[in-house]
Amino acid sequence: MTLPFEVWFFFEVVLNGLFTGTMYSLVALGFVLIFKASGVFNFAQGIMVLFAALNFVGFIEMGLHPLLAGAITIAIMIALAYAVEGLVLRHLVNQAPIILFMSTIGIAFFLEGFGEFIWGGDVHALDVGIPDGAWFVGDMMIQQFDVSQAVIAAVLVGVLAAFFTYTRIGRALRAVADDHQAALSVGIPLNQIWVIVWAVAGMVALVAGIIWGARLGVQFSLSIIALKALPVLILGGFTSVPGAIIGGLIIGTGEKLAEIYGAPAFESLVEATTGVDSISFGGVEEWFAYVLAMIFLFFRPQGLFGDRIIERV
Amino acid sequence: MAEAETVEAMEAEAPERTFGEVVLKMDSIEVGFGGVKAIDNVSFEVRRGEILAIIGPNGAGKSSMLNCINGFYKPRSGSITFKGKTMKAMDPHYAAANGIARTFQNIALFRGMSTLDNLMTGRVLKMKKNFLWQCLYWGPAQKEEIENRAHVEKVIDFLDIQAIRRTPVGRLPYGLQKRVELGRALAMEPDILLLDEPMAGMNVEEKQDMSRFVLDLNEEFGTTIVLIEHDMGVVMDISDRVVVLDYGRKIADGTPDEVRANKNVIDAYLGVPHED
Repeated sequence: MTLPFEVWFFFEVVLNGLFTGTMYSLVALGFVLIFKASGVFNFAQGIMVLFAALNFVGFIEMGLHPLLAGAITIAIMIALAYAVEGLVLRHLVNQAPIILFMSTIGIAFFLEGFGEFIWGGDVHALDVGIPDGAWFVGDMMIQQFDVSQAVIAAVLVGVLAAFFTYTRIGRALRAVADDHQAALSVGIPLNQIWVIVWAVAGMVALVAGIIWGARLGVQFSLSIIALKALPVLILGGFTSVPGAIIGGLIIGTGEKLAEIYGAPAFESLVEATTGVDSISFGGVEEWFAYVLAMIFLFFRPQGLFGDRIIERV
Repeated sequence: MAEAETVEAMEAEAPERTFGEVVLKMDSIEVGFGGVKAIDNVSFEVRRGEILAIIGPNGAGKSSMLNCINGFYKPRSGSITFKGKTMKAMDPHYAAANGIARTFQNIALFRGMSTLDNLMTGRVLKMKKNFLWQCLYWGPAQKEEIENRAHVEKVIDFLDIQAIRRTPVGRLPYGLQKRVELGRALAMEPDILLLDEPMAGMNVEEKQDMSRFVLDLNEEFGTTIVLIEHDMGVVMDISDRVVVLDYGRKIADGTPDEVRANKNVIDAYLGVPHED
């Protein structure tokens, strides 16, 4: 291949961005599932990622096989779904969305504290045997870890999509997402549906937690990374599964491009126009997503794929 | 004129309609929101096999009454007796499980789903195999799916909507959406069908179709029907009995002819105080 190095480098940046984006998408997916089915914005989704990862790594450190540890963690996430429905949501039916939202903040704090109480506050290394080498295509380096992560995310999304499209439960879930009252009128049990979406969101959180954890170590700052899901949701729309995926990819790629190309370009622009050369725009990556989300809120508040809310007057 | 003739013709042909036992009894129902009384001490009965219309000016409490019957609203006081069981309020799930189906004033379809999927949701309670079973155990669950699908196909034939089976309902014209919504309710094989303004916003032809469906399913399947409708021509044509609400109170209850002649009803509709 005879492409110049700069082009390869550009590809590498984009690819890197896409890989990071899949991780944002995974967390955002958990939010969308719960929001669609119950209209609740689940602030605890980020903590659920951490909580699931903590349990998983905890059981592995106790000497269990990763598969067994995974199975136990899934059981715990399902139990959590039942607990959330039975202890919290059921008693708040028909309350304003803000009250349900507040209750999920409560759940978030509880899970954070409970996780630390059981497993301690240390950083846990997590090795689930994801290959960590690198491939080279031309001058472009591709991390095997990134590829595995993208494949896992794609498979998970595929399984979820099939579940929603082809199973009876999926049909009931879509019905509830479309119209609560109509779903009630045909006798779809809302409580069961809530348990199912929270359980599914819990499993998605586990997958996200394992991948994030294997990359960065299982630590409490994971729940803050999960906040990146917010701009993803604003971009993609709170009610759209494809939106969560594409929003994640756009944000992942966008912030990498902004960091590598945007910041230096902006610096030289400032220097050329004002002569000041001491300003650095490094760290764009940290806030790019939020600014992009803000711009979206100005011009397209429903996101790329979200339902447009039209009130009849 | 033409209307009067058809009514007479129908009455001449049809034998006297007879109805079964009281299947639903609303007793001294009172519904309020904060300080506003939406329904004030209303009682009426629904007999098996009849077509009962609830009419009244806007804000009379008609939809609130329907919402009480299927459990969306809990009355402040009063009781509901359904199939011999008396309760303070209905529960939506209990209502659906025991044969009460409904449609909504503002179409409440699952817009992202096809006509077929919308109708299949009406079979949720007919499918006994538990949600989780379905994940683990395909055989019986699939057989059940096919049986229920067969029933849904009958509903599709009945309503003559074969052509839009696979169309996402959000894309259908208004009149057809109303028909699909009726179909979803019918898929539940209800004993009592609650229709909230089934003909609102329809043109004459669509209204005739809808009236035909209502009469046919009442005749063929013996479905009891409680409907709210503003089109008086339609109401008087198809109902066996009419309950009139005004400001949350019941002001009349009787056959279409009796109600038509009732002074309170005329006043409520024309807004003229009666002078004797």
